[in-house]
Amino acid sequence: MGLKSKDLLGMKQLTPEEIMEILDTAKTMKLVISSANKKTSHLQGKSVVTLFYENSTRTRLSFELASKYMGSASANISASGSSVAKGESLLDTARTIDMMGTDIIIMRHPQSGAPHSIANRIKASVVNAGDGMNEHPTQALLDMLTMYERFDTFEGKNIAICGDVYHSRVVRSNAIGLAKLGAHVSVYGPRTMMPIGIEKMGVRVASSVADCVKDADAVMGLRVQLERQKSSLFPSVAEYSKFYAITPEMLKLAKPDAFLMHPGPCNHGVELPTAVYDCDQSVINEQVTNGVAVRMAVLYLLMARRNNL
Amino acid sequence: MKTIIKNCKVFNSDKDVVYVNDGKFSEAFAENEADEVIDAKGNTVFPGLVDIHVHLREPGYEYRETIATGTAAAARGGFTSVCCMPNTLPVCDNAAVVSGILKKAAEAGNCRVYPIGAATKDIENTELAELGLMKEAGIVAVSNDGKPIPNAGLMRKVLEYSSDFDIPVLNHCEEKSLGTGAMNEGEVSTAIGIRGSSTAAEDIMISRDLILAEYLNVPVHICHVSTMGGVRMIREAKARGVKVTAETCPHYFTLTDACCENYDTNFKMHPPLRTEEHRLAVIEGLKDGTIDCIVTDHAPHHQDEKDVEFSNANNGIVGLESSFALSYTYLVKTGIITLEKLIDLMCYNPSSILKLGRGGMNVGDDADLTIMDLENEFTFDKNKMLTKGRNTPFDGWKLFGETQLTMMGGKKTYEKLC
Ligand SMILES: [Zn+2]
Ligand SMILES: [Zn+2]
Repeated sequence: MGLKSKDLLGMKQLTPEEIMEILDTAKTMKLVISSANKKTSHLQGKSVVTLFYENSTRTRLSFELASKYMGSASANISASGSSVAKGESLLDTARTIDMMGTDIIIMRHPQSGAPHSIANRIKASVVNAGDGMNEHPTQALLDMLTMYERFDTFEGKNIAICGDVYHSRVVRSNAIGLAKLGAHVSVYGPRTMMPIGIEKMGVRVASSVADCVKDADAVMGLRVQLERQKSSLFPSVAEYSKFYAITPEMLKLAKPDAFLMHPGPCNHGVELPTAVYDCDQSVINEQVTNGVAVRMAVLYLLMARRNNL
Repeated sequence: MKTIIKNCKVFNSDKDVVYVNDGKFSEAFAENEADEVIDAKGNTVFPGLVDIHVHLREPGYEYRETIATGTAAAARGGFTSVCCMPNTLPVCDNAAVVSGILKKAAEAGNCRVYPIGAATKDIENTELAELGLMKEAGIVAVSNDGKPIPNAGLMRKVLEYSSDFDIPVLNHCEEKSLGTGAMNEGEVSTAIGIRGSSTAAEDIMISRDLILAEYLNVPVHICHVSTMGGVRMIREAKARGVKVTAETCPHYFTLTDACCENYDTNFKMHPPLRTEEHRLAVIEGLKDGTIDCIVTDHAPHHQDEKDVEFSNANNGIVGLESSFALSYTYLVKTGIITLEKLIDLMCYNPSSILKLGRGGMNVGDDADLTIMDLENEFTFDKNKMLTKGRNTPFDGWKLFGETQLTMMGGKKTYEKLC
């Protein structure tokens, strides 16, 4: 039991078996979250530090609660208000945290590959909580848990993802993870937000929202950062929501029991009309709960590996 | 001072002894007249190599490299002449800086150093630098390497004004609006989430410079060509008689962007490593003469400038001490080009593009030479390098063509310690 690697850097590094072990463990952890006494002792006496170089409320809180539910001592470091802001290098910061006896560092960073650059230089386990445009593995795992609770298998399932694919680490992690378990991923978004060579990651590039969503078992919207307008990636919110949003009509093209996901936070009325966000098919709120469960599972399995060494 | 190098093969000749007298290649003389007799142990004597694109970092960035350490590295790589780019601090955009570089180089005495001046003041791409005065002080070319001349109007003025003084213009071709990424744009950059710099960025600026050179009927030299499109356009332009010359670096014919997969910053440079088809196109360009010379773009950086997140890391790698061995191993040993062609690419052609007059091995020519072991494999070890930089992607590579000794003007500038 446990993971093969010291760190969770991305879905790229996980085997299909490891992904399934995380999802199965997360199902158990979900029981803890829903119980009256949200306390296990899996991380008792262990220390977990979140090191965030990018603002995030929900991911950070989700990790923090996950580690607290399992009884760890935890601390949080933000890029502002610490030596990070004084220009200390990432490696120096990581080494300092490591030397304080930290077991797991949960890290978010605006640069792709930042967690990779420290992982093999320190003893603590590194969990990637989002690195630049590269990966956000726990988001993909919580998305996959949400699917897994509704599918008996990922094999042959159609997953549609619409939005700003270029800048999305969520897409990359989902594409890699879902492909490993045999699902078919289709992506669509403005061509200005479609990275060159994305099809080489095993996804299909659709020709329209309708083409992307058609016969999907699950549909995922992506957050569009409104400031992308300024770099001429799309002309206006009105135009975006007209041509690229997942509308109720579009959702009807998916399979009848298909469900809608979104990694949040959502721009209501831009990538998803509010009516869609709140519709019966939406599982967006449940994804939030699953986020905590999946992060508990990841922390638990990484610690199991550490304890076995 | 009289020196004899015996027991050697002399490149492009059937001689097996080299005589040096007073810094020049000389007629034969008796061994007992020699001050020193060097046993070359059957290795090959070549004319000293010429690299027309290096960054020596001095003045201003001595923590990365000095003229003394950079030229020591050059000598260890078999080079006896190097041309250094002007992106120093202050920028080499006036005669005083040019003279300062020449003075330091003479003091170090490791290698001939030919400064390249900035085409515009402070490499700011606004006003022309004093090209004529810099030429008097000793520059052999102008370049805004690293800060490509962004607009066609300014490039035209640089080409025109330089032609008055017969100064070659070397341009680093990357259209910045398409080329600000940290690696090649393609499936690898997409998979690892790094902003890409497209081959189109390089191709567009190469095409612009070719059009201007043809229109104005002036020469232009394209720095470090890395793309298939670039090679194709230069080939076509040459066929039409456009006065274009071009260079590439060993990393563009030995490595691809797949090397960046693990975010190792020793694979980060500009132009970035491309895909396999571009690598093969560069080799084709070397083979058919489209690309005239191999340069290193030797770019030493401090460890702290590379030991950071991939996108934040400085661009460039050191290359002086691996260039010949990589080129020999990957181009000659593999049968792609002949040894004669390699020496064209690494000595005669670069010398003639910048009119340096180097490479001669006739009696009376300056005794610039290097002795290479072409037979025995060696392991390239970054810790043995004489450059201050440790930013090489070739550490641990098994190569052929290790420098045994280098001599500039009859003076030993490098000797391998056995
Ligand atoms: Zn350059
Ligand atoms: Zn350069």
